[in-house]
Amino acid sequence: MSLLGDLAAKGTLGPSDLDAFLRAHRFPLVEGRTVTFVYVGAADEVRLRHWISGLPTSQPFQRFHGSPMWTLSIDIPEGSRVEYKLEVIRGGHHQLIQDPLNENLARDPYGANSVVFGAGYARPDWVNHDSEARLGEIHELKVESAAFGESRDVLVYLPARFRTTRRYPLLVVHDGPDYMKYASLRTVLDNLIHRLEVQPMIVALTGSPNRLVEYADDERHARFIADELVPSLEARYPLLPQTISRGLMGASFGGVASLSTAWRRPGVFGSLLLQSGSFVFTDIGPNDRGPVFDPVVRFMSDFRARPGRPADQAYVSCGTYEGLIYYNRSIVPLLQSTGMHVKFTEARDGHNWENWRDRLREALTTLFPGQLMMVYE
Amino acid sequence: MVHSRVVVLGPQRLQPTLADAVASLGIKGRLAAVTAGWEERESEDQELAAHLHGRTTNLALYERADGVFRYDTELHKATRERQDRIRRSQELYRLRLAHQLEAARELCRRESLAGYEGLVAPQLEGAIAGLRALDDEHVQRIRSIHVEFQLRWKPFERESIALQRRELEATLKDCSALCIAGGNVGILLNRLRMFGVLDMLRGQPIFAWSAGAMVLTERIVLFHDFPPQGAGDPEVLEAGLGAVEGLVALPHADRRLALDDRARVSLFARRFAPALCAALPPRTRLDWSDGRWSGESGTRKLCADGALAEVGT
Repeated sequence: MSLLGDLAAKGTLGPSDLDAFLRAHRFPLVEGRTVTFVYVGAADEVRLRHWISGLPTSQPFQRFHGSPMWTLSIDIPEGSRVEYKLEVIRGGHHQLIQDPLNENLARDPYGANSVVFGAGYARPDWVNHDSEARLGEIHELKVESAAFGESRDVLVYLPARFRTTRRYPLLVVHDGPDYMKYASLRTVLDNLIHRLEVQPMIVALTGSPNRLVEYADDERHARFIADELVPSLEARYPLLPQTISRGLMGASFGGVASLSTAWRRPGVFGSLLLQSGSFVFTDIGPNDRGPVFDPVVRFMSDFRARPGRPADQAYVSCGTYEGLIYYNRSIVPLLQSTGMHVKFTEARDGHNWENWRDRLREALTTLFPGQLMMVYE
Repeated sequence: MVHSRVVVLGPQRLQPTLADAVASLGIKGRLAAVTAGWEERESEDQELAAHLHGRTTNLALYERADGVFRYDTELHKATRERQDRIRRSQELYRLRLAHQLEAARELCRRESLAGYEGLVAPQLEGAIAGLRALDDEHVQRIRSIHVEFQLRWKPFERESIALQRRELEATLKDCSALCIAGGNVGILLNRLRMFGVLDMLRGQPIFAWSAGAMVLTERIVLFHDFPPQGAGDPEVLEAGLGAVEGLVALPHADRRLALDDRARVSLFARRFAPALCAALPPRTRLDWSDGRWSGESGTRKLCADGALAEVGT
């Protein structure tokens, strides 16, 4: 019997029964694969809004046995993370709200969503501050860009115990400040470097004032990253010269920017970290995602026709609840056909920053493995 | 060469016990320090020096090796080639090891299954014998690479190294003990071996921790049960310097090993038996004296039955 079934078995439900039920449990209720969302309050209609590709994006709650409680049970596989909001409709007004009964929130540049964890999901311990981990530093850098005709701000992460007498790998991150803010990238780097799981590395955190244009296979962007930013960093910091030690990283359109930059400048970057890349293509006809994707689709057509060998290795990940999963699954054999070493991971998650955060350990240890087995301090 | 007096300590960074250990042997005077395992941070030994009240003299082996390689490019090239061969041999050994270890682990899993009573033990014994034979073979293979290198390049006879050895010998003569810190175990081993530091000691005791302890053993075992990638197979790096006998040093075993996994602990202990597989978290201490080991209270060893037991005094 489910928890709701137990409650229903009591017959007529008074306010005290509901209060006791709400106090006794955490919400949403997670019972194996069945997750039950609960809303209590006056409403004409309550709907679950989520971004799971393949399911209706809006699903109606049912009033629970004539009480003010509304419920919706859906199947959520083990290990899942699902971000959502509730849509409460009353008197013709639609309000999109965070789940009042769920304190778990996932933040992103647009605000915050409620998040439910399927059975077995655990927030990785390496995303939390570790008091024993030595901390890296962030330096601010202005890079003059002829490509864009302006200077661009770049944050540079230097690992703890940085020394000019040592050479470091370089990872250039698209949407870098967002990765820091919403995917805990700085803490993750501090922890994984401290644990010797990844090499101490220099990370350039770049941003764009117009990412949907500049990240969509824009030659100016490739020029800025490969011909302006990297030489500027080489002049300031001790970087390893091998291409395998030069990486590009990004999520969504940032994934496109990473692949496109590597493809436009072969031999510069050896490692690609591509998360939920917006690698949309069509085999026939126009794309159905709007004009912002047109340059991406053109790029993907060119890339699929002439992939060359954009890098030596890639880590590719995508959430199985994303509409982009088909494109990401498709790009893996294509990358492998170029002779690249490719690791691909699917996660039961959506197109969001915490999905990308949760994959960072596997991604970084794949591309920049540390000397875990050799160092005993 | 086996040394008469060695003290092995747990990691020192957050809970240093070295000064107490030095005092416990009544050692006065200068203390030679090796921090080559810290690589380019070798000279950043201020905390260590302060902990020992400024009595340390850093032997600067990493820096000396750098100097040798800058001066003696022929030796540098030969050393790099040797290390490449060792690295490749390690890769090949690892390939074989992964399969043999997985087989042994699968046998362990079947030990408790119905229908396998009495059948698993002899198979597991054979699997462990196979692992030991593979480890031995690997050690021999790496040793032969070193022997070949020594015979061909005679490093101690080269001026670049002989000069450094004379300086080190003079420094060590004035020191009452040698302290070897952790860090990169491969780098540390190679630097100590390159200058033959242990052979210059005249009976002074050695204090060592973390990778410093590992290099003193007869066989260096690399380990981590929770790596981000792969199965976490313990592997033999190569023979150590053999300053002590019968020890597999496991610094930070509390973090790096699944000590509550009896099958894993048992397999580890049986594979490296009869060596004492000593868990060495912070604040632990083992003493090597008169050819035998004794441990401070709380210092534990991995046992063949999968349990942990006090090393004993």
